[in-house]
Amino acid sequence: MNRTGLHVDWTRCDGRGLCVELLPDLLGRDEWGYPLPHRSTPGRLLTEVPPGSVADAEQAVALCPLLALTLTTEAAT
Amino acid sequence: MNARPAAVATGSPTRPDTAGRLFVAGAGAGHEAHLAAYGPAPSSGTDLIRELELSGLTGRGGAAFPVWRKLAATAAGRRPVVIGNGAEGEPRSRKDATLVQHAPHLVVDGLLAAADAVRASRVYLYVRSGSGTPIRRALAERPDGGRVRVVVAPHTFVSGEAGAVVNAVGQGVALPTDRLHRLSETGLDGRPTLVHNVETLAHLGLVARYGGSWFRGAGTLEDPGTRLVTVSGDLPAGGVLEIPGGTRVADVLAACGTGPVAAVLVGGYHGAWLPAAEVDARLSPSGRAVPGAGVLIALGPGRCGLHLTAQIVRYLAGQSAGQCGPCRFGLPALAGAVGELAGRPAVGTEGRVRRLATTVAGRGACHHPDGTSRLVLSALDAFADDVAAHATGRCVAGGRP
Repeated sequence: MNRTGLHVDWTRCDGRGLCVELLPDLLGRDEWGYPLPHRSTPGRLLTEVPPGSVADAEQAVALCPLLALTLTTEAAT
Repeated sequence: MNARPAAVATGSPTRPDTAGRLFVAGAGAGHEAHLAAYGPAPSSGTDLIRELELSGLTGRGGAAFPVWRKLAATAAGRRPVVIGNGAEGEPRSRKDATLVQHAPHLVVDGLLAAADAVRASRVYLYVRSGSGTPIRRALAERPDGGRVRVVVAPHTFVSGEAGAVVNAVGQGVALPTDRLHRLSETGLDGRPTLVHNVETLAHLGLVARYGGSWFRGAGTLEDPGTRLVTVSGDLPAGGVLEIPGGTRVADVLAACGTGPVAAVLVGGYHGAWLPAAEVDARLSPSGRAVPGAGVLIALGPGRCGLHLTAQIVRYLAGQSAGQCGPCRFGLPALAGAVGELAGRPAVGTEGRVRRLATTVAGRGACHHPDGTSRLVLSALDAFADDVAAHATGRCVAGGRP
């Protein structure tokens, strides 16, 4: 079982908010509109993506106008 | 600023055994004095990575990562790059400039030993403009000095962040970059890249000569060896000192002639406030007094810690590279809120400070927002009495609220 994570390149992110609309269970917005994970994740990930949200996360990656998002997978330990 | 080693080595001239290790060759030491003090340059035949593991040496640039692990990870890749980092963007730090001025050959020894250990094809030294002259002079004195290319760092807070270092050396732009992978996997031109602080390299140069167990002859089990600290603030004689690992903060202050203090900022502008009641804590990467890059700032009695924190956060907000939204907008907002807290805060200001500090942490390409957050949250703890007093128009420190 692989674990999926969502990484944001903060130097690209402009706070357009599509990812927040597509992943409301994982992300909210801060007062400037930038994505804010409901649960903070240590390391380089914005948030972990549970299996049920992977399809929405893939759509967020594809639709982000700034191309700021990347999905990562790693083998669960 | 003059280096003031805690002790001068006695005994064998080629094996300094006491706490004073890095400045044994004397002020402004040239190559001849360096060789006379430390003996010939380390041979590349020894298993340096193994000795570094034995030594317990950790990075002296702030993150305190085990040095041997970074070398081992970098050595696993193809045609690595090694960069010595002397950018020292922290405004209260002088240790790296002092080291490069007085012990440049120790730094270069370590840099080249690390380069040999990982079989690097390119070697750089990234230093502040003031360090360019001493380092170039030192390189010109050495038969192996031509291997090292010198790159000058701009005087900004984030110029020494590892990603910014690689970006500066590769592209001439000293700004952090987004990183999904470690630099030891892909850094300069996509090559595995080892970035080490210049003090780390100086210690590495000594471990390469004398071995890992020699290194443990100073310091504690938790923080072996010596480390450089820069002490400033409300004290009679600050400066750069070489101290054994695990030294109590109070003893460092005493060496600078300080009487009682209200608090000490340990670890610099990205560090944490240590209240007066806890200055007996030992400096250690795993303890309550985390040395970071070795910056200690004493807050004298009668000085308001919230006021100084507000000044520092305002500075840090101005030093945001402005590349990442949460840092670009969050740090000025945080600076404003901490400024209110230092003055006459409204109801809810403390909550807003805490919320902003928590919100910005971990949301940038580099650790600038995280470090700023740590400083602010530590101030709320260390100066909790003053937070309450300011809300009623008073100041515990007796300074201006």
